[in-house]
Amino acid sequence: MPIGDSIPLLGIRWDDILFVVLAATLLVSALLVVTLRDIIRCGLALIVSFASLAGIYALLGDPLVAATQVLVYIGAISILILFAIMMTQTKDAPTRLVFQTQAWIAAGASAVIGVVIAATVLATTWPAGGQRLWTATADVAHLLFRDYVLPFEVVSVLLTAAVVGAVYLARREPSRREEDRS
Amino acid sequence: MSNSLDSYLVLSGLLFAIGTFGFLARRNAISMLMSIELMINAVNLTILAFGAFVPPLNGHAAVIALLVIAVAAAEATVGLAIVVAIYRNRKTPLVDEYDSMKD
Repeated sequence: MPIGDSIPLLGIRWDDILFVVLAATLLVSALLVVTLRDIIRCGLALIVSFASLAGIYALLGDPLVAATQVLVYIGAISILILFAIMMTQTKDAPTRLVFQTQAWIAAGASAVIGVVIAATVLATTWPAGGQRLWTATADVAHLLFRDYVLPFEVVSVLLTAAVVGAVYLARREPSRREEDRS
Repeated sequence: MSNSLDSYLVLSGLLFAIGTFGFLARRNAISMLMSIELMINAVNLTILAFGAFVPPLNGHAAVIALLVIAVAAAEATVGLAIVVAIYRNRKTPLVDEYDSMKD
């Protein structure tokens, strides 16, 4: 038996409930990312925020982008960040000061940014419909490999260059001390 | 609520503000990179929200979001490699201790 659009008796739509739950998860986990003391927990909260964002993408009708978000962000970037955390943290890092000295100014500035963006969004009438459109994956594929094929190839070259550059930057050079002295 | 463009845009604005705060306030270089990822995700959410609600932008927004995700992956790779390389020289991940150019 298919479930209806909205909850019976209450009249609240399932989409709205999903949106509220995912948005609350996203904002809370993002706040945890920037405020938690232990940086490995920040990385884990970052994974939660990426996952709830993938849910919001699916809610918006973009299943391909949601799947890419899970694959690339949760599967690759989060793991990369966790590995970098494990390589660079010392034992006493969590007990030391987490924020810079200007943290209160930064909090004020970012609160101003958030309020200004929200006020601008709410004050503007966007030329948009009141209904979400489903993005067909076939349309995305046609656009990606016909209209956007040059950016696609440029991005693939960029990724190759980034990987080569990262390996060059992060590799261990045993003979560099001697070169520096000479 | 889930059928109005405003709620998605406000959500992404709040996420961007949280990322800005993290970038400005944290001392750890990797925390700053994580905040940059949050900001990139906020911008991506904006692009996809416009694509879902404005019919002429429908497929284009998804393509642009995919390209942004790929470029963000490249950025994260290089950024973390730079952090690891600096850590190897200075033995600290805290950015306010990278002050050798001050004097």
